[in-house]
Amino acid sequence: MSLDMTTLLAILAMAVVTYLTRIAGLLVADRLVLAGRAKAAFDAIPPAVLVAVIAPTALTTGWAEAIAAAITAFAAFRLPLLGTVAIGVVSVVVLRNLI
Amino acid sequence: MAMDQVNPLVSTYRREARAGLHDIAPVAVAAVPIGLLFGAVAAAKGMSPLEVGLMSALVYAGGAQFAAIETWVHPAPIVALAFATLLINVRHVLMGASLTPKMKLSRAQTFLAYFFLTDEAWALSERRALERPVTGAYWAAMGLVLWGNWTLSSALGAILGSFLGDPERIGADFAFTALFIGLIAGFGRSRVTLVTVAVSAAVAALVHHFIGAPWHVASGALAGIAAAYFAAPEEARS
Repeated sequence: MSLDMTTLLAILAMAVVTYLTRIAGLLVADRLVLAGRAKAAFDAIPPAVLVAVIAPTALTTGWAEAIAAAITAFAAFRLPLLGTVAIGVVSVVVLRNLI
Repeated sequence: MAMDQVNPLVSTYRREARAGLHDIAPVAVAAVPIGLLFGAVAAAKGMSPLEVGLMSALVYAGGAQFAAIETWVHPAPIVALAFATLLINVRHVLMGASLTPKMKLSRAQTFLAYFFLTDEAWALSERRALERPVTGAYWAAMGLVLWGNWTLSSALGAILGSFLGDPERIGADFAFTALFIGLIAGFGRSRVTLVTVAVSAAVAALVHHFIGAPWHVASGALAGIAAAYFAAPEEARS
């Protein structure tokens, strides 16, 4: 088991930056009192961020991934989370073999 | 009988912890192949299982870790890695700001609790917050399970390394995407939500294609948030 000093420093730097992003929201939340459209925008943060993270994989990788994403989205409104993940993984494997 | 009565505080704590375990279980299961995949890729780039385990335990942010490993060279470029980590994780600021008023924790407790802030724990908490406040027991159960799961599965992946075979062949690389689609569906199908999702997806995909990662996350998210602002009825202003 080796532990390189530069690698350790890189890991610590990434850890500190990540923790700061995690607590920064706590520091600004106190000053946010929202209503109406501003509240709608704030409530949209969760789905907006989640969609942005996966959009390249889901939409621009290839037809197999795009169709599998559509099938997964269809399943997502009807199945529990694990069932949705299973449908997504199975459909991407099948589609990659077909396309 | 009095002796059979459970302290209401303890029973509330247990119920909340059980709810956390129930909610995080499918996420933890889905994260195992992703953790194994991360460990295997990191090992292929020359990291030891100890280094992989330390990174997962201390950084505990899958997206940033995958981005770091993707561009990993030896010796590690510390400043470049820290900056890429900041870009990918800056979304935590919005997530923390959104979640904090819904958390039933003191400020000091929240500083500790937010070490375990992830996309998944946050999305599940936001969904739970639609009905009731998010308690420390609920958050701790989710956070500790997902953290232990991620640290162990990625270290195991580094040890198993090349034995896992091609992750694309078994579709493991798509598990993350499918998981997120499931979480997004939890936010419902209101008009404002659909507009948000469509705009965020389109902008993120375009920015990723024409400019590249990791800029697509911040730009797609901000475009979706702006779209929600304009899609919401103006008369709702109060």
